[in-house]
Amino acid sequence: MKKDNPTKKQNPITDLLRMDRIPHIWCPGCGIGTVLTSFAEALRKSEIDLDKVAVLSGIGCTGRVAGYVKMDSIHTTHGRAVPVATGVKLANPEMKVVVFSGDGDISGIGGNHFIHAARRNMDIMIICVNNFNYAMTGGQVAATTPKGANASTAPYGNFEYSFNLPYLAEASGATYVARWTALHLRRVTKSIQEALGKRGFSFIEVITPCVTLYARRNRLGDGLNLLKYYHEKSEIQHGADTRTVDISYQGKLIVGKFVDIDKPTFLDCMNEHLGKVLGDKYQPYGVNND
Amino acid sequence: MVHFGNLKPKKGKIHIEKDMCKGCAFCVEYCPKDVLELSEEFNVKGYHPPVVIKEDDCLYCQLCETICPEFAIFVTLKEEEEEGEKGESRP
Repeated sequence: MKKDNPTKKQNPITDLLRMDRIPHIWCPGCGIGTVLTSFAEALRKSEIDLDKVAVLSGIGCTGRVAGYVKMDSIHTTHGRAVPVATGVKLANPEMKVVVFSGDGDISGIGGNHFIHAARRNMDIMIICVNNFNYAMTGGQVAATTPKGANASTAPYGNFEYSFNLPYLAEASGATYVARWTALHLRRVTKSIQEALGKRGFSFIEVITPCVTLYARRNRLGDGLNLLKYYHEKSEIQHGADTRTVDISYQGKLIVGKFVDIDKPTFLDCMNEHLGKVLGDKYQPYGVNND
Repeated sequence: MVHFGNLKPKKGKIHIEKDMCKGCAFCVEYCPKDVLELSEEFNVKGYHPPVVIKEDDCLYCQLCETICPEFAIFVTLKEEEEEGEKGESRP
């Protein structure tokens, strides 16, 4: 391999990646790298202190992100990225905690953790990379696989209803809900920037192509064909009713920023309540007194 | 052609790390100016990396840099070279 040449120009993202682990393991045509680049760009644009950012992920293709970013990061067990993020946030309320994980990890295995973190309005941000199946383990049916799609555990097609993640997040109490596809890179960047500057539970779903499993089993072509499908079938509807944004197999994709509200977070509620009940005995936790 | 006073479009220089490319062709397809093309040659992994075919058309939009899932391509701003237009100064 080439030695680092200080005079040679480098990709600006290399400052944010553990380059000894790159090239990554994602397949050619996979969109997770695009989402990671958007995330890195959002971090750069928002000029946030990188020592105050923690990236957490669970298991899966997207779960590899925690190993690739050069920040505080934890690669947790399957589905448990959200509770660990809750712990990180409560242990050090100054941290900006980002959960970067897949749909199987967040809505399937860790679905309960997800809805409860949203219910408590924990001040964390979730980037859910949705590729419609459990890709790392061989393309099994996930909670987000659309009806009619083929998967390795549904050889005659999937007949289960799928999760509508923005609706689930909003109904559980998230304060920021957006959905984009991997092709909407500038909008993903902007959305992540907005969510980084926001207090409360933010949820960004990014639909990405899974070439090796989802696309191949359904004969949808390669990554480029899927990006073209996103291009043709996605429709931006900001503020759309999340009940209407369900995804059908190769159907219309309604994307946009659906929810953006302000609400006291878990720590705000705790400080307010305990301050009221205990009076002067109680010292507010996680409040900047400088 | 539209003129905006002395303002000129930005020019970018594309850098490609050929051996990191996995040949997904996202950059080639979505470059708004069709600056890139898949090459005939192979890289160490056996994929066809993109090559710059219309270098002067790059407008430094950095779309290829963001869309590349392999972090294999990036764009730097080409500084204004002395092209005999020193008399024109930007307002």
